[in-house]
Amino acid sequence: MQTDEMIILDEFCIHHHIDLTFIKSLHESGLIEIVHTEEKIYIPLSQLPYLEKLVRLFYELDINLEGIETITYLLNRMNQMQQEILQLNNRLRIYEND
Amino acid sequence: MEFIDYYKILGIEKTTSEEDIKKAYRKLARKFHPDLNPNDKEAHQKFQQINEANEVLSDPDKRKKYDTYGKDWQHADQFEQQRQSRTQSRNEDGQQFYSNSDSSDFSSFFDSMFGGSDRSNRQTKFRGQDYNAELKLNLTDALLTHQQTLTVNGKNIRITIPAGIEHGQIIKLKGYGAPGVNGGPSGDLYITFAISPHATYKRLGNDLFTTVKIDLYTALLGGETTIETLTGKVKLTVKPETQPGTKIRLKGKGFPVYKKEGETGDLYVTYEVELPNKLTEEQKKLFIELSKLK
Repeated sequence: MQTDEMIILDEFCIHHHIDLTFIKSLHESGLIEIVHTEEKIYIPLSQLPYLEKLVRLFYELDINLEGIETITYLLNRMNQMQQEILQLNNRLRIYEND
Repeated sequence: MEFIDYYKILGIEKTTSEEDIKKAYRKLARKFHPDLNPNDKEAHQKFQQINEANEVLSDPDKRKKYDTYGKDWQHADQFEQQRQSRTQSRNEDGQQFYSNSDSSDFSSFFDSMFGGSDRSNRQTKFRGQDYNAELKLNLTDALLTHQQTLTVNGKNIRITIPAGIEHGQIIKLKGYGAPGVNGGPSGDLYITFAISPHATYKRLGNDLFTTVKIDLYTALLGGETTIETLTGKVKLTVKPETQPGTKIRLKGKGFPVYKKEGETGDLYVTYEVELPNKLTEEQKKLFIELSKLK
């Protein structure tokens, strides 16, 4: 992965006024991916919206790490189920339009 | 414009302490926060109401004013001016109470009571409202990656629609929703694609399905038939003794796979055998002979 697809974690923390240990906890829980180099720690740019969402859950809604893990799991399941409903609806359309 | 009962919105009493207001707000915010209710308009609206109620009731000055003038909000400004003229010396450079700032995230009632400018002093940043839009496409539109310009809230947004987009699929455009409050991030724009059914082709995922009519003689003796696919004409070889309802697969002639360039689904063709009608006397004779050979 190229360096221009990464964000320096320190900068992210400064920008959002958050503690680096929180991000490390998210990483330890397996919720986010971080990349270590010899000098710095980075997060992939693609994870930015997701990470910002986790930050909002923690800091705005006072949800602890265990709560975030549970919510993330349930949101993923909900997303999968919505995809399944979408596919089933599209399958149903084939017969409805006959 | 109607009076809004902020206490009712947060489910608390007028005597509730600041600490308990905060708790009530947190509890409801956890339930209706947009991050926890993706694509749920009702939850988003409810969340805005909760925010507005919290904005007023968690600020001692605003709460006092709301409690004092609440139901008489239409006269609050007059009351306030009278009170100030009695207790304070006149300030020539005094800040005007009302402002024209964007009030899309708060009710008209809130703006009448507290004005837009007053809000800029608060500490909490809030994410802007998400917008939802529906974009109608034909099946053939979804066949190729193309660009379209959408007008959302008076703003033109040019988007690239990748080939293979599905009916009901939602694309999120980050930051194209309403602006955030107090420097908070802008909301997102969610575009739901509605793909109209095609007269000849049915789509299921990346595969296409169609029915082709062949005459009895081609079905029995074999032959060729040409069909018009979504991407051009294709000549099919019909095997002798093809049964009605026989399905054949044309590999790679289906729909493009979403965001996977070069990959396409398959086209399934079902043969429908048309029986001849208005038979001539000679045809009838031949069919009778055929039937005797059975």
